[in-house]
Amino acid sequence: MAGTIIAVENLTAAYGDNVILKDVTFSVREGEIFAIVGGSGCGKSTLLKYMIGLYRPERGRVLVNETDFSSADEDEINRERLRLGVLFQSGALIGSMTLGENVALPLREHTSLPPSLIDRIVKMKLGMVNLSGYENHLPAELSGGMKKRAGLARAMVMDPKILFCDEPSAGLDPVTSAELYRMLAKINGDMGTTMIIVTHDLELIFRIVHRLVMLDGREKGIVAEGEPETLRRNASDPRVRHFFTHGGGLL
Amino acid sequence: MKEARTARSFSLAVKERRSQEIELSVGGELCLENAHLFSGEMDRLVGGAPQGKVILDLSPLAYLDSAGALAVYSYREAAGHRGVEVDVYGGADRVRGVLEMIDVGALTTPPLRSEEGRTPFFVRAGEGFVSLWRDFVEVMTFLGELLTALVYVVRHPKGARWGDVLFYMKRAGEEALPIVGLISGLIGLIMAFMSSLQLKQFGANIFVASLVGIAVVKELGPMMTAIIVAGRSGSAFAAEIGTMQVNEEVDALITMGFEPVRFLAVPKVLAAVFVVPLLTIYSMFFGILGGLIVGVVGLDLTFYTYIKQTMDSIRLFDIFSSLVKSAVFALLIAGIGCQRGFKVAGGAEAVGESTTSAVVSAIFLIILADSAFAVLLHYID
Ligand SMILES: Nc1ncnc2c1ncn2[C@@H]1O[C@H](COP(=O)(O)OP(=O)(O)O)[C@@H](O)[C@H]1O
Ligand SMILES: [Mg+2]
Repeated sequence: MAGTIIAVENLTAAYGDNVILKDVTFSVREGEIFAIVGGSGCGKSTLLKYMIGLYRPERGRVLVNETDFSSADEDEINRERLRLGVLFQSGALIGSMTLGENVALPLREHTSLPPSLIDRIVKMKLGMVNLSGYENHLPAELSGGMKKRAGLARAMVMDPKILFCDEPSAGLDPVTSAELYRMLAKINGDMGTTMIIVTHDLELIFRIVHRLVMLDGREKGIVAEGEPETLRRNASDPRVRHFFTHGGGLL
Repeated sequence: MKEARTARSFSLAVKERRSQEIELSVGGELCLENAHLFSGEMDRLVGGAPQGKVILDLSPLAYLDSAGALAVYSYREAAGHRGVEVDVYGGADRVRGVLEMIDVGALTTPPLRSEEGRTPFFVRAGEGFVSLWRDFVEVMTFLGELLTALVYVVRHPKGARWGDVLFYMKRAGEEALPIVGLISGLIGLIMAFMSSLQLKQFGANIFVASLVGIAVVKELGPMMTAIIVAGRSGSAFAAEIGTMQVNEEVDALITMGFEPVRFLAVPKVLAAVFVVPLLTIYSMFFGILGGLIVGVVGLDLTFYTYIKQTMDSIRLFDIFSSLVKSAVFALLIAGIGCQRGFKVAGGAEAVGESTTSAVVSAIFLIILADSAFAVLLHYID
């Protein structure tokens, strides 16, 4: 079994006095596709932001690639972040820049590659997400699914070891989301990228996810952890059973 | 029913009255339009304070919507408090379906967060003061970050996004030229006209030139320009960064290893600091031009005497100090605009709030800084 790449230990997540998650502990293994599921507003995105070092844990620890986000200094966190890719919920492309510029952004900032090579890398990455030829389009000129794919290309441009995705299939039609899952599964298979995906899409969970944790807003913590198939068959908790039979939409 | 018949109405009829029980049938349509009448009608038929049990037969009911069902539940609940049991039976499938749809638990669940109650005056005043103080600390912290980023850019000029700087110079500068020119010209005109009414009486026409010149160069030029830039660009900066914050673009920049202040705020601040002094010169020129028009047309001064008098009354030092002042205004306007943008959390309405706050705070800071400069220049001079 591959080693642990992310460890969350007794994490308490809060906005000011408003505690969202309490004493959350789990770990992600290298190379797996790991899902965080749960109802709307239960703190999935918040947890993700702790895992990418946007928020600092006040209680508990978050270890990513052995960097401890609770004690590391700013420089260490920045260095670690360069090995992470993040696909935000709406793509989060910079609105004033073309797709090409968006995808090239990390390369321009963190590498000293010549512009011609950067252009080629951008073309390659856009091709990988079926957006060849769109490098001069502005984000506003694209559909939701295309924005997400472009966001994926940008997240993958530095070939990160770990990719985080926040609700990659939210707002997409079934055909487009199926295409996106294929892409994610392919990236995982070909490059061994560890993926942490926030979702409540059962289709995605059963097709590509290896392991998951389920959060609950009332418990402020994890109510289930394991492989999707096992959970579906053996879960005793009614919330978990309900999720696996009805999907996240009704939660 | 006594009420004027609406399009839809329900009817109640007593079927049977026993000693401890009363059975009624509900017919017609019980819905949103008439649900509020239900309990009144019931009380009228059942009579003052019945004891025991009320039985409702819904079989004759042709239509029931969720508001109607709620009326039935509310009646049952109210009766329950008086110790009267209410039984409901019968009804077509649709009617039963609607009745079952109502989640009785949801009606009585207390809100997870209690309503914002009235807080005493002193508590509110205290909270207001605390949040004002917190805001001040945040602004100062941001200003510190901004200055650090500016120093970094001065030391590593290659690291700045000069393309963006040019873009914002065009936005905040070039596109503001017409409005700055127009307003300054009009202010010069008005000031010359109003002062000439007084000065004419003493035959001191020529001093209109000095008055307009000094006022425009020392105060009104920098101030009006700054206020226009605050309205045009300070708000735009706040809205732009705020929207990026809402769309998680700022988070995305951080995760890609960018410093959001350096990436987003520095180009805007640099552009403003470059461009506002230039706009100020332009504003001074148009202010004096406005005065000149009144002087030449209305006061029979010659072009030459007006210009000569203006030149005599303003010194190079005044122009120079005004430019320094306007650069400081620019820093404040762009800085507070960006800070308000970064502070946005939530959705679209938070962006609107931050935009308003950017303009109001910028104007406040401009006036504050202007007063400080007035005192400072008095001693330097
Ligand atoms: N920036 C913020 N400031 C304060 N509260 C927040 C913020 N972002 C999210 N929250 C609150 O935290 C809770 C969890 O939000 P989130 O993690 O976005 O949920 P989700 O599971 O839907 O992604 C919600 O109740 C939300 O209101
Ligand atoms: Mg979310």
